[in-house]
Amino acid sequence: MVHRNSAAALLLAASVLAGCGGGTGDAKTLTYYIADAAQQDVAQRCAAESGGAYAFNIQRLPNNAAGGREQLLRRLAAEDRSLDIVSVDPPFMAEFANAGFLRPFTGDERQEFSDGVLKGPLEQSTFRDELWSAPLYGNTQLLWYRKSVLQKAGVDPSAGPVTWDQLIRGAEQAGVTLAAQGRRNESLMVWVNALVASAGGTILAEGSEDLPANQVRGELDSPAGEAAVRVMHDLAVSPAAPAGFSTAGEEDSRAAFQAADGGFMVNWPYVWAAFDSAIEEGSLPAGWKDDIGWAAYPQVNAGTPGAPPSGGLGLSVSAFSTRADLAVEAIRCLASAQSQKEFMITAGNPAALGAVFDDQEIRDMFPMADEIRTGMDTATPRPVSPYYGDVTGSIQAGFHPPDALDPATTPREANQLLEDVLSNKRLI
Amino acid sequence: MAVSTVAKPVPKARRAKISDRTRKERNLGWMLAGPAFLAMVLVTGYPILNALWLSLFDYRLTDPAGREFIGLGNYAMILTDGLFWRQFGVTSLITVVTVAIELVLGFALAMVMHRALHLRTPLRTAILVPYGIITVVSAYAWAYAFSNTYGFVNPLLGLGDFDWFGGTWSALFTVCVAEIWKTTPFMSLLLLAGLAQIPEDYLEAAKVDGARAWQRVKRVILPNMKAAIMVALLFRTLDAFRIFDSVFIMTAGAQGTETLSFLAYRQTISRVMIGLGSAVSVILAILVVLIAFLFIKVFRTDLSQARGDRK
Repeated sequence: MVHRNSAAALLLAASVLAGCGGGTGDAKTLTYYIADAAQQDVAQRCAAESGGAYAFNIQRLPNNAAGGREQLLRRLAAEDRSLDIVSVDPPFMAEFANAGFLRPFTGDERQEFSDGVLKGPLEQSTFRDELWSAPLYGNTQLLWYRKSVLQKAGVDPSAGPVTWDQLIRGAEQAGVTLAAQGRRNESLMVWVNALVASAGGTILAEGSEDLPANQVRGELDSPAGEAAVRVMHDLAVSPAAPAGFSTAGEEDSRAAFQAADGGFMVNWPYVWAAFDSAIEEGSLPAGWKDDIGWAAYPQVNAGTPGAPPSGGLGLSVSAFSTRADLAVEAIRCLASAQSQKEFMITAGNPAALGAVFDDQEIRDMFPMADEIRTGMDTATPRPVSPYYGDVTGSIQAGFHPPDALDPATTPREANQLLEDVLSNKRLI
Repeated sequence: MAVSTVAKPVPKARRAKISDRTRKERNLGWMLAGPAFLAMVLVTGYPILNALWLSLFDYRLTDPAGREFIGLGNYAMILTDGLFWRQFGVTSLITVVTVAIELVLGFALAMVMHRALHLRTPLRTAILVPYGIITVVSAYAWAYAFSNTYGFVNPLLGLGDFDWFGGTWSALFTVCVAEIWKTTPFMSLLLLAGLAQIPEDYLEAAKVDGARAWQRVKRVILPNMKAAIMVALLFRTLDAFRIFDSVFIMTAGAQGTETLSFLAYRQTISRVMIGLGSAVSVILAILVVLIAFLFIKVFRTDLSQARGDRK
């Protein structure tokens, strides 16, 4: 009893101290909540270039999406005036915007921050026809494969789009794995959304943006929902599923792909830089990357284009900031094309601006630049909903563990759970 | 929560023959502890009352306009939801299993600490190390240990790439292991205090009478330690019933390993359903108080033993 309490007290003291750190500072110091360490380098350059117009007090958010959301939510709900610029994971933007936590960009600013931005990142920054986040980077998943297994597997993603079924059968045939993220966290939501969208459906009914929570309807009890469940279940019970499939996140997928029996994987482009680190560390042989190919995200039905996942990060101005104009000024630099390029080079996360992909340095470093760009332009963001927390929570509960799903019952049950949770009739 | 209920029941019976000195001592006690007690009531009382009040609303933090008074609706919903009962079961299972094993192990360790002739200090320190480690850190350590990519458990047991966290039972097993490893020292510390209170004469007399080691444990040590054991069980049960950290880190609640604290966390923090989450917390608090009540009234746990008031 006593030991838990004292641990909690320490934690509380630590967070109070951290909070105080953000409150001080003069009128020119903007408190900037970052989600990725590489944002700090860009911020330092911007502050230096501003010629003293602004400086930053950098605060780091937890490094997983859910943790970052929870911390921002708590601070913003308490109308914490020490926050100026916050890094918002796109699916959580609508929730914050609906609650009045964010300051929307004005007409001119909106024009400025959406010019040249690819479709996926732009869609997920817009809610009720206003822009709430300036996209700092976008993201999408690609299909990664080992060229050496293609012949045995009898599929060739480089020749044209492939389906999940082809990949599963091919991997089985070649005795290799097909890695995806079956872990019960946000990455499962990413997968479900991509599968449902690829099958031509949506998770929430159209027009649910403006409805109160108890009137929002799910669209999972549909052929698209059924197709998504079928793919997930087929893969989870297939010998092609890597060990520990139901607990595998992005890094576990990468480990499975790098293993001797790795064959295929869907994952974000950061893996390309991560392969380099693994080679440097000596856990992969020097020429390993020569065997690696990439292609567009797999389709659910042959002939219907795949809908790759969309991710990224947006910069928003807190509604409680007392220096909103200065914050917008700073975002002009923080999310500029040059900053996005720097960010792409250091952190490996794709720029949201299409023009960055034409840069020669980027093209040399990311040979898959065109595929990433196309992916982000055809991506389907996760539902933009003010109740996103409930949506993702229900999907994660309803679609896990993947090996226990049943195409005949899961779509209906998951849909019911989603609607019940939204109308406060059930727990998750 | 439970600690504040602890001090109450002792003096009542002796009220009649209270001496001046006792009264003065008691007044001094109130003056010394009063301010802290008052601060404690204010600091803990406000959130508790606020949680009770909020639990009567359908209130989402991100939708302040939609706040609506629904009376006991949240409680009715929670108590009729299968998930609540499932997690009540999981929590109870973890509590019973970990506390039972901790009691046995803790007793053995307490005996070792009590009886050791050499290296007493290093021995006690070594036994207490896990208890000094933050729960989140120990949970991470065990999560890595059981991991099928970098853990040492699978190679050690020859299990290949078995995924401990992939099934309900194996995941619960790992959580229990982490909990037992972490809190057994606490149990043994409480039991050691009880052991130290048994007069050596009893044991020597038993020895002279020809009692063997096991008989001495069963007939002399255990009966004389009953109060200490009950106190240790009470503290650990209350603690184990509120388990959160290990589950959060090791499984994040997947595979049906969620506990009641996790349920409160998910509704309050993840879903920001403040009303519903408060209701879950209130139910959890009531359950904890019930456990304390059960121990104190039904099993007649004498809490003064823990304070060293009596022998």
